[in-house]
Amino acid sequence: MTSEREQEAQSTAAAAGVSTTERAARRFGSGVRGGSRRALGLVLFLVLFALAWESAKWLGGDPWRLDNIGYYHEPPFHLLQLTDRQLPHLWDIFSAFGEPFQRNAEYSLANYLIDQALYTWSEALIGFALGAVIGIVLASIFVHSGLLERAFVPYVVASQTVPIVALAPLIVTGFGRGLSSVVIIATYLTFFPVTIAVLRGLRSPDPRAVELMRSYAASRWDVYRKVRLPASVPYLFTALKIAAAASLVGTIIGEGPGGVPQGLGRAILTFNQQYITGPEKLWATIIVAAIVGIVFFLLVRLAEVLILRQRGPQPSAG
Amino acid sequence: MKTADRPAVHLVGVEMVFGRGTETTRAVADINLSIAPGEFVSLIGPSGCGKSTLLRIVGDLIAPTSGLVEVNGKPAHQARVGREYGMVFQAPVLFDWRTVDANVRLPLELMGMERRRRERRVKEMLDLVELGGFSRHYPYQLSGGMQQRVAIARALALEPTLLLMDEPFGALDEMTRERLNAEVLRIWEQTGTTVIFVTHSIPEAVFLSTRVVVMSPRPGSITNIVEIDLAQPRNDQTRETERYFELVTEVRESLRGRHGGGASSEDRLRAEGSVG
Repeated sequence: MTSEREQEAQSTAAAAGVSTTERAARRFGSGVRGGSRRALGLVLFLVLFALAWESAKWLGGDPWRLDNIGYYHEPPFHLLQLTDRQLPHLWDIFSAFGEPFQRNAEYSLANYLIDQALYTWSEALIGFALGAVIGIVLASIFVHSGLLERAFVPYVVASQTVPIVALAPLIVTGFGRGLSSVVIIATYLTFFPVTIAVLRGLRSPDPRAVELMRSYAASRWDVYRKVRLPASVPYLFTALKIAAAASLVGTIIGEGPGGVPQGLGRAILTFNQQYITGPEKLWATIIVAAIVGIVFFLLVRLAEVLILRQRGPQPSAG
Repeated sequence: MKTADRPAVHLVGVEMVFGRGTETTRAVADINLSIAPGEFVSLIGPSGCGKSTLLRIVGDLIAPTSGLVEVNGKPAHQARVGREYGMVFQAPVLFDWRTVDANVRLPLELMGMERRRRERRVKEMLDLVELGGFSRHYPYQLSGGMQQRVAIARALALEPTLLLMDEPFGALDEMTRERLNAEVLRIWEQTGTTVIFVTHSIPEAVFLSTRVVVMSPRPGSITNIVEIDLAQPRNDQTRETERYFELVTEVRESLRGRHGGGASSEDRLRAEGSVG
């Protein structure tokens, strides 16, 4: 019975020349293929990147001395930017993960960085959540009051033109050293994209959808919670993907002046001071920070795909 | 309560002026129209003749500049607050985060209908538009015609006394359109609701209506009203009767009437002649 119905749906769709179903199916198929193609692309990119990195060092870096395989090579050129101190060999960076993070420490660098990454991420996550809530609340207020929107949106925009490195010490002075200052900085970087995108999302419903609600004598609250808020979700996710990266950057930057004893920001500062003796450690930290950012982004993207899947192919809510 | 002879829609001297100062446009002017309960009235006319504006005035979505608008003997606003309207637009305007049944349920949720009655009502409505098997589908999984049927089911969920349809099948192909026309007639007979139907299509207007209101632009006004005396219930054969073609021709000539000066009054005479 159902399959008959389905067939009817397909044929109706085809007859109507609209064929939404078909298009959705095609989009879904290409999505799967696109996924594996993208994964392949990423691997290819990483391989090419590594090749470019080591080729540069082969041409213009310090002499190669790979004792365990007995390989020696004198690069034809010598550039300061390609020395082992500026641009360590990739294998040196990766082997640094396994070594103690400090002289005589029991912890390996990998262990240490994972701890710091989790700590930083948890700070960023609090800021991310707070920023998202503040952004949604602000957008919801603005969509209902043109007066408040005109009064406050310029300040919201202006707040983002002040560089965070200038603001971070002020926040730390105001809120004291520690977790709260770092979270405030992460929140500060998160709420802005969310406010702007959600405001747009709340305004995105078809005017006829609002007319339809009016024909049911729906209140503004009904229109908000039944139409505007659900319609804004794709826009919210676009902003959350930006905010995921921004909150992490804010946290890492904030950890310095914030005086937090842990976290990737602290690790970056520490290894920066020890750069001369162990440049690989800083590079390893940078790699870990990048991975945390990518994982955070992908988690938001995963939530987006799961939540918006039912809505079918979407025009991009950029 | 003299429900029987109270008109479902009563318009007296309705005028709508958009804009202010010297930049004003009279979208509709001097509209007088009375629609009896259970009638199926089409508004037809070229783009910009104010037929959609008139529909929105009846639905209390915009307030007329002047004139009287009564629905079931009450001001239009009161009728809207009393949830006596169902609306269907050219686009289905379904909410893509809701399944088909959740879309139909929306007006019932707003009304605060108790859950069990609500679910039963949703099922009835979906059966009425023959989409019973699609209740758990999402809008994007349906064809354009099926989406429009969901919109109709939603519009009928509150048992409106007045169904306002604004070019509901304008975006569909001819075959789907004819099928849905037959379906709308069946629903109209089953529910007994009054329908105002805005369309660009002459055959559609003639096939569906008990009366076709012909409008002309600048300002939007009624130039002729054609009584459609085709036998009920109507079906595919109706479209092949001689009377059907006569009425299509009559509506077409009424629409042309605005070019030929006095033609519209001639048409009106002929229209009255054919009715009487």
